[in-house]
Amino acid sequence: MNRFDYIRPATAAEAIAAAAQPGSAYLAAGTNLVDLMKTGAARPERLVDITRLPGLDRIDWSPGGGARIGALVRNSDLAYDPAVRRAFPAVAEALLSGASPQLRNAATLGGNLLQRTRCAYFFDTASACNRRAPGAGCDAREGENRLHAILGWSEACIATHPSDVCVSLVALDAVVEIEGPDGAREIPLEALHRLPGDAPDQETALAAGELIVAVRLPPQAAAVASHARYLKIRERTSYAFAVVSAAAGLDLDGTTIRQARLALGGVAAKPWRARAAESVLEGAPADAATFARAAEAALAEARPSGDNAFKIELARRLIVRALSDALAGTPGQPPALPASPFAAPAGARHVA
Amino acid sequence: MSLETASPLAPYPRHGSNAGQPITRRDGELKVTGQATYAADNHPEGLLYAVCAVSSIARGRVTHLDVAAAMAHPGVVEVLTPANRPPLALDPNVKHGPFGFRLEVLQDDTVRYANQPIALVAAESLEAAVEGAALLNPRYEAQPARTGLEDGQRYAPAGVGVGAPPRTAHGDVEAGFAAAARIVEADFETPAQFHNAMEPHAVVAQWDGDRLTLDMPNQALVMSREAYGAFFGVPGANVLIRSPFLGGGFGSKAILNGPQLLGILAARHLKRPVKLVLSRAQMYGPVGHRGRTWQTLRLGLDGQGRLTALRHRSLAATSSFDDFLEPAANASLHAYASPAILSETEGLRLDIGTPGPMRAPGEASGSAALEAAMDEAAEACGMDPLDFRLANYAETEPGTGRPYSSKALRECYAEGARAFGWAGRPLRPRQMRDADGLLVGWGVGSALFPCPHFPAEARATLRADGTALVETAGVDMGQGAWTVLAQIAAEALGLDPARVEFRSGVSDLPDAGVAGGSGHTASAGLALHNAGQNVIARLTELAAADPASPLFGAGNVGVTARDGRLHRRDDDSRSESYAEILARAGQPLITASGRMARDEEAVQSWAMYSHGAVFAEVKVDPDFGMVRATRLVGAFAAGRIVNPRLVRSQYYGGMIWGAGFALHEAALADRRTGRIMNADLAEYRVPVNADVPSLEAILVPEEDRYVNPLGVKGVGEIGITGTVGAIANAVWHATGVRVRRFPIHIEDLMGG
Ligand SMILES: Cc1cc2nc3c(=O)[nH]c(=O)nc-3n(C[C@H](O)[C@H](O)[C@H](O)COP(=O)(O)OP(=O)(O)OC[C@H]3O[C@@H](n4cnc5c(N)ncnc54)[C@H](O)[C@@H]3O)c2cc1C
Ligand code: SF4
Repeated sequence: MNRFDYIRPATAAEAIAAAAQPGSAYLAAGTNLVDLMKTGAARPERLVDITRLPGLDRIDWSPGGGARIGALVRNSDLAYDPAVRRAFPAVAEALLSGASPQLRNAATLGGNLLQRTRCAYFFDTASACNRRAPGAGCDAREGENRLHAILGWSEACIATHPSDVCVSLVALDAVVEIEGPDGAREIPLEALHRLPGDAPDQETALAAGELIVAVRLPPQAAAVASHARYLKIRERTSYAFAVVSAAAGLDLDGTTIRQARLALGGVAAKPWRARAAESVLEGAPADAATFARAAEAALAEARPSGDNAFKIELARRLIVRALSDALAGTPGQPPALPASPFAAPAGARHVA
Repeated sequence: MSLETASPLAPYPRHGSNAGQPITRRDGELKVTGQATYAADNHPEGLLYAVCAVSSIARGRVTHLDVAAAMAHPGVVEVLTPANRPPLALDPNVKHGPFGFRLEVLQDDTVRYANQPIALVAAESLEAAVEGAALLNPRYEAQPARTGLEDGQRYAPAGVGVGAPPRTAHGDVEAGFAAAARIVEADFETPAQFHNAMEPHAVVAQWDGDRLTLDMPNQALVMSREAYGAFFGVPGANVLIRSPFLGGGFGSKAILNGPQLLGILAARHLKRPVKLVLSRAQMYGPVGHRGRTWQTLRLGLDGQGRLTALRHRSLAATSSFDDFLEPAANASLHAYASPAILSETEGLRLDIGTPGPMRAPGEASGSAALEAAMDEAAEACGMDPLDFRLANYAETEPGTGRPYSSKALRECYAEGARAFGWAGRPLRPRQMRDADGLLVGWGVGSALFPCPHFPAEARATLRADGTALVETAGVDMGQGAWTVLAQIAAEALGLDPARVEFRSGVSDLPDAGVAGGSGHTASAGLALHNAGQNVIARLTELAAADPASPLFGAGNVGVTARDGRLHRRDDDSRSESYAEILARAGQPLITASGRMARDEEAVQSWAMYSHGAVFAEVKVDPDFGMVRATRLVGAFAAGRIVNPRLVRSQYYGGMIWGAGFALHEAALADRRTGRIMNADLAEYRVPVNADVPSLEAILVPEEDRYVNPLGVKGVGEIGITGTVGAIANAVWHATGVRVRRFPIHIEDLMGG
């Protein structure tokens, strides 16, 4: 571990000033950043610890029913917040399907948004990785890439963004509030992560020193609250990243879909909002045929980036299921195995 | 290390003996309160921290290390490389002793696998050592890594496993196949798996002149003491290994490895205590693993579904420079009745760290393939898989015809099937769904594990106050040796376990042998049992010869030892306490030794195995191919059960391991570089609680008068065997898909 400065600023302004200098990184709970520092994949010269910044660990509600979630709100606190569960159940379900209780208790929302890819070649400094070292090449391209991207990838990088909650958030039109050296701005979450193109190292739209202070969910996003699910395919029943995941929300007018929200996880370098599928869904009858057409639309551009053609078919089936589950209605009690096709034994309340 | 006062023992009602009682772990309280000291918890004065730099290529040479940069880093004290590595008394390229492996201790600049140590950095802090190692920035002359069937070199091995023959034939398989009404043949593939003990390999080494103290997790204390002594040119007796607790071993801590040797060498060279702890990633290379196999099973069957021939061939991967071949094919030698059985193993050399024994070596991967093949055979014969196994039940040991010392496998099948609810299982696949529409399948596998014993010694001392001290260099990897060995000793001494102080876990005690092969309880237990009995025999002599004792003259009729008193066998009312006997004889104590000893004739004439049957229910999402082992029921017969609580937890652990084998575990090596790309516990998947929602382990009573005087067999590894096949078979029953490559992946089951 190399020597680095550790700074614990008292205000956001101080934090931004410190982080604007080259070689700096914000440190939230560190559950991702510290792991990367241990392998050497990240070697910041200055850690700016933001965990003590005031006011960023709150959830505030607008009169219209929108939520403003501070960047330091812990994953567990957010998932178990009763009002969040009521208004944005797919956000809670996505959070609870991720990582482990211990990690969720520590990890922050801002950190979850900005966690890096799980591509093993990105973690491994002996591998060539354009994302970590621009121009080096991409060892995943011909390597272990069963779980890599099927949408939006480029020859330069086929990595996926691993977050679960981002998938639900992007489906719900979340907005990211940012403060930086040049002042405050906000962007849709959908615009936060960038597709790799020729410059996979440019992972996000953030400029140096920019700090995420909050994520806002607009009141309209609650329209799908009674028909919203997050569903996640993974290789063990809990404590695994998504092979593919989907957030689905329906606002119904009788049996017709008034409004639909659909996003995919584990498929691209960003949480993937499936707008083409939403267009298919909106105004159509909420039935299996519509869902199948929506799935086709969502994956029209999909292509394998390696040994992962199965993920395309898997995503297609998952979309249909997630929409069907959403149609069936949001469960009153969040499932003990969140986002899982497996039911927990009756009476089990513990979240794995 | 002694656990005299550790945790008060729960007052279980005793019926003449403590054995058979579900006493909780004596070290449990120390562990749950964080007081148990593991190797890396030791911080002697003046400690230096050593970190290995490891290779990122799998084959070639290290051409440059930036030693100057590392040495210039603040806190770095020394960098050992092949250029300056102090000498060892033994050549690490030579195999020494029965468990000897060729080791990488910076003897030269070659690289033979990824994660091989290529330098050692010692520093005043762990951080400085880690950074120093990173600054070495190695340059290599790399050669193409040989990582698979395509580029590995096949060869005919001299042996498999630990000294088993590579080919064993009983009867004429070709004749058996010729006579068969039906042939079933299937190929299976099992991946490289790593032990991944929770506690990484660690050592804190301190030299005092030519005396060496090692705090390290170690599964074979006295044997290792000799081996370390030999490498450093000092007598084994000069080496003290302290290993009171291990955070798991599973076979990976019984064998010497390069990194630990280097840590000890650095301590001697620098004349300061040195601590070395492998990182999780560094455990994927120099400390063994379960090697990959490619297996082919060929079964000949007659019209009644009985085997006419059974052939099990395996291609087993090993390193380019040493041999440990997973003896998977041998799993078919003892399982089912067949007039002809052939097991054959071929080797495949790859640029990998040498594999080694990992929990149920051979039996785990071999039984996975055998049990799956048996299921395919049952299907081919149109038979229920349990009936099919019963039709091929071995009444005597296949091949040799020896009778079994005991074999309650039929009872295991029956009790397991009853508890599971096997009756009424549809023969054909894809017949069952649950309320949520998930496919449901049921499968069965037979479990089997041999009963090896290892030489072991123990000492028992009866003290003036009627309490006892018992000693053996036993090994508690979490399985419960602190508890069960003390129970056995207390029983032999006729004492409540609370009145027995048990010293263990240190190499200067009598040799308890290896904690491996599921033989530790039987082996060390026998030694303790005999030591205790020898003490009681001497005590009896004292009392019987003493006219003042109520036991005077009882020498011929004999006595029983119970609750700290000797009783005349023919008149229970005549008894005397141990303390009284010793006091009158004016003896402060009686000490006696005991060894593991068995009736050699019985060992030759009886076949000895633990047996079991595992029943699995899986649910499979029909669209997604996601699998969950929703119910596992195992019924096992393993002779006398000394502590049902501990035994059950061994079975649970084994069955969970089997679930991991079937559905989760695999090291993913990049086929170009040979580097393992998932060398951490986030991506190397083992089951979590949610993966094993329902587990049941049934202890089927079994009395064995021949296996050893205690009647104890092994329980530590058998739980894996049978479970893998049971789950794979259940997956087929749920989906109709035979997946013959482990672990089973979702894309294997997405067919429909
Ligand atoms: C074993 C394991 C399993 C996991 N499984 C899952 C899973 O199944 N699903 C899932 O979604 N996640 C999973 N995670 C990831 C986990 O959710 C993230 O590690 C966590 O959310 C990161 O939050 P943090 O506060 O620890 O961020 P940190 O590690 O502190 O930071 C992560 C990154 O974000 C930057 N950052 C943090 N906060 C801000 C801010 N406010 N403004 C600007 N930049 C910021 C940091 O500089 C850093 O680059 C898993 C993690 C582990 C270790
Ligand atoms: S896929 Fe992207 S992150 Fe992975 S190695 Fe290639 S460039 Fe790096």
